[in-house]
Amino acid sequence: MTAPAAHHYTSTGLDSRKIAIWAFIGSECMLFTSLISTYLIYKGRNRVGPYPHDVWVDPTTGQQFPAILNIPVTSASTFTLLMSSLFMVLALAAVQNKHVPKHTRGDRILGSSKLWLWATAIAGTVFLGFQAFEFTSFVHEGLTIKTNLFGSTFFTLTGFHGAHVTAGVIWLLTLLSIDYRRGLGPADALNVDIAALYWHFVDVVWIVIFTLVYLIK
Amino acid sequence: MEHDSGHTTPTAHPAEAHEEHHHPGWSTYWKVALILTIITIGEVWMYYIPALVASRVFVPLLLVLSALKFIIVVMFYMHLKYDHKLFRALFTGPLFIAALTLISLLFLFGQLVAKLGQ
Repeated sequence: MTAPAAHHYTSTGLDSRKIAIWAFIGSECMLFTSLISTYLIYKGRNRVGPYPHDVWVDPTTGQQFPAILNIPVTSASTFTLLMSSLFMVLALAAVQNKHVPKHTRGDRILGSSKLWLWATAIAGTVFLGFQAFEFTSFVHEGLTIKTNLFGSTFFTLTGFHGAHVTAGVIWLLTLLSIDYRRGLGPADALNVDIAALYWHFVDVVWIVIFTLVYLIK
Repeated sequence: MEHDSGHTTPTAHPAEAHEEHHHPGWSTYWKVALILTIITIGEVWMYYIPALVASRVFVPLLLVLSALKFIIVVMFYMHLKYDHKLFRALFTGPLFIAALTLISLLFLFGQLVAKLGQ
C-alpha cells in the first residue's frame, strides 16, 4: 500500500498481488466449504435443543424453548451486507475515476471514495452488530457452542464468517486512513480492487450461509 | 469506467503495455443490487409460506436462487466476467473441488447413517 506505483508482474503479464488474492479466495472457498459441510452433516442430529427451526421442550424441566433462529433480524443483516457490496464497487469506481472531472452534485457524490469506503465499513460494522445481537440472544435463550451439535457447528461457521467481516472492516479502515492522508487515486486502484474482492467474497459466503443455515429447515 | 485490473498483455513489457478493462458502471451496479434485493426478499417470502416449505420444490428453489445471487456477485461485483481467465480458473477450480467434497461427504455420511440405522 505504501508504494502504489510499484507493480509486481509475473510471466503471465498479470499482477502477482491480484493472482495472490484470487488464490487466497480459492483457498477460502475450501475453508468455508469444510465448515458448511460439517454443519450440514450434523444438521438435524441434535439430541437436545434448542433447535434452529422447531420448538423444543426440555423433558427434565418441562421448559419450552422456541425456534431459535430469528429470520427477520438475519434478513436485515443480509440486506445490509448485500448493500455493502454495492458501496464497495462504488468506492472502487470512485478511486479509479478520481481524476475524471465532476460537473454535477451526483458526480461528486458518486466520485467520493471516502463516502463509499465509510458506507462499506459502516455497513460491515452494522452486520457485525446484528451478529453480536444474535449470538447474545442465543446464549440468553440457552444455546451456546457446547449445548448441542447445532450450537457447535452454527457458532463455528458464523463465527468464522464474522471474523472475516471484522478483518474486512479493519482493511477498509486502513484504506480510509490512506485516503485521508494522501488521497486514493487511480494508482491505488489495484490495492482497493484487492480489498473489494475480499469484501465481495465475504458477501458471497454469507449468501450461501443465509440459505443453507437460516432458510432451509 | 476504466480500471487497473492487474492485467497486461503477456508479450509486452508490463510498464509499457498496461491493458485497461472496461468494467460496468453505476447504472449496472444499482441494477445488480436491486436484483439481489428482490431475490433475497423472494427467498424470505418463500420461507413464510408453509405449503411451499412443505413441498419438494422449496429446497431446490432456494438453492437455485442462492446460486444465482452467488454468480451475480462474482460476475458483476468481483468482475470475474470481465477479468482474465486465470482469475476465473483460480476461483472456479477450488470451488469445484470444494463442491465435490461437500457432495461426497453428504453422500458418505448419509450412507453411514442409513447403515447404522439398520
